[in-house]
Amino acid sequence: MFIQAFLFAGIVCLICQIILDNTKLTPGHITSGVTVIGAILSFLGIYDKLVSFAGAGATVLIANFGHMLYSAGLAGYEESGILGLFSNMLCSSGIAIVSVVVFSFIFTMVFKARD
Amino acid sequence: MNKKEYQELVKELSPKEPKLRNAIVAFLIGGSIGFIGEAIILFLMKSFGLSRVDSYAWLAFILILFASFMTAIGKFDNWVTKAKCGLIIPTTGFAHSVQSAALDYKKDGLVTGIGANVFKLAGSVILFGIVSAFFLILIKVALYG
Repeated sequence: MFIQAFLFAGIVCLICQIILDNTKLTPGHITSGVTVIGAILSFLGIYDKLVSFAGAGATVLIANFGHMLYSAGLAGYEESGILGLFSNMLCSSGIAIVSVVVFSFIFTMVFKARD
Repeated sequence: MNKKEYQELVKELSPKEPKLRNAIVAFLIGGSIGFIGEAIILFLMKSFGLSRVDSYAWLAFILILFASFMTAIGKFDNWVTKAKCGLIIPTTGFAHSVQSAALDYKKDGLVTGIGANVFKLAGSVILFGIVSAFFLILIKVALYG
């Protein structure tokens, strides 16, 4: 599992680095693109297999954000229809959004900007 | 000197990115994050008896805490310039973009500075993630019921 995690995360970063170096896309384009690709792979049923194959190697990537959005939204739809889709979509990825907001607020209050 | 000559001169003089080296560094750093993540997962499962799914959530939490803190004390920016995609593509890049936007706009005040700009960079990830997931779910439901 360690080797798979290392190789998978490494290869995704390698591909993204090659795209970043050879096109005019910014890191913002790449991370958004990887998130969308994560959602598409989840749609195709591949991302679950990737997680069981590479473990943390697949979940540390930003693509996992798209995967969590898709799978939580779909689970919500199956549970309680279209309202469940809207209310459940941020369920499992909420941990990333909420923690990033809370931590960055606290640290911004405590620390000063450096050049 | 006409425009074309000038552009050629700029192209010649601007420093060349060491593409191969960048790619190898991104591979090693990104891979290491996956490797360390797997180690943290095993540690959490063994010592706290968490399920694998819960451990993934804690891992995201730990990575975000780490990246936010390192950005706040000013270390992470240098690391990102060196490792590039190795640190941008994992969740650390998401935390880094939010934290650095918040720090950069702190001088503009709480609401107009931090509040208005905190998702300046990470907003596109959230927007396109949610929109694409939404439409993919609609497609899935329409196709397979």
